[in-house]
Amino acid sequence: MVTSVTNLGRSGLYDWLVQRLSAVILAAYSLCILASFVLNPDMDYEQWSSIFESNVMRIFSMITLFALCAHAWIGMWTISTDYLTTLQLGKRATFFRLLFQASCALLICVYLLWGIQIFWGN
Amino acid sequence: MLVSIYRYNPDTDEKPVMRDIEIELPEGKDLMVLDVLELAKQQDPTVVYRRSCREGVCGSDGMNINGTNGLACITPISQAVKPGGKLVLRPLPGLPVIRDLVVDMSIFYKQFEKVKPYLINDSAPPAIERLQSPEDREKLDGLYECILCACCSTNCPSFWWNPDKFIGPAGLLQAYRFLADTRDTADNERLSGLDDPFSVFRCRGIMNCVAVCPKGLNPTRAIGHIRSMLLQQGI
Repeated sequence: MVTSVTNLGRSGLYDWLVQRLSAVILAAYSLCILASFVLNPDMDYEQWSSIFESNVMRIFSMITLFALCAHAWIGMWTISTDYLTTLQLGKRATFFRLLFQASCALLICVYLLWGIQIFWGN
Repeated sequence: MLVSIYRYNPDTDEKPVMRDIEIELPEGKDLMVLDVLELAKQQDPTVVYRRSCREGVCGSDGMNINGTNGLACITPISQAVKPGGKLVLRPLPGLPVIRDLVVDMSIFYKQFEKVKPYLINDSAPPAIERLQSPEDREKLDGLYECILCACCSTNCPSFWWNPDKFIGPAGLLQAYRFLADTRDTADNERLSGLDDPFSVFRCRGIMNCVAVCPKGLNPTRAIGHIRSMLLQQGI
């Protein structure tokens, strides 16, 4: 058992499952957006904006945003623990890995809060 | 035939080099790579490699043959080299080189040890042996045949990147061999030891292990079964 305190769920199974479920949500949302373009080829900004005014679409968008954030964190965390290791970077690896992970976490938080503001703000 | 062999002695050499040896092959025979190495050693007795059974059972002579991991003793030259081509022999990738084609397999065995590769059963042992039905015994086919040559684990990028954390395909195949064994009663204990982000879940399913296994085993499928068992236990 390898202990880790920076992965999403402290369990390999949890992260694995979240990554797959979030991928399904992201795929469903992408298809939904794609369908709205295909079904309304002459869509203008007003029509586009009105799609996101319904509560159903807002909730779907928020779930997708959370799924995107979780998916992104698991992916970036995995990349950092694959490539920024002591084998590749020597003793400085922990510093660079933590820096990379902190930057990713900050960026994901910004995206999440910004997304909430876009979907639910005035 | 031109044979290019990786040469390195960490005690005396600054860096490894590839040295070419011209070997005269007997006509009309498709030699194994190990036979060619033996001929090379006759010319240069300082070439170092491991070997033992010469029939794909002991797993000692795992090495990288023209870019693909395999056992030198059961890889024919005709399969390894295109007609007129050069035979290139390197040590198994990702492990520290002790000398020439001999690698330090300590980390590989350490990962193997982690999965407790032995039967655990708390009940009192019967007088003769623990019996198993033919159907239950069949579940171990494709799992018990592993000879620990390390061709699979050293062909896996996840093992190259995290050899101290990711158990690797060889170890995980053995982990499932005991999880699948109906005589073993330590499933929960075994699964709990695997439910971290590295031990099992670093496998990305790229099947490099399956591509090179000299015994034709499928560690990726075994890893899939372990994931399913973890899922059933965890949900």
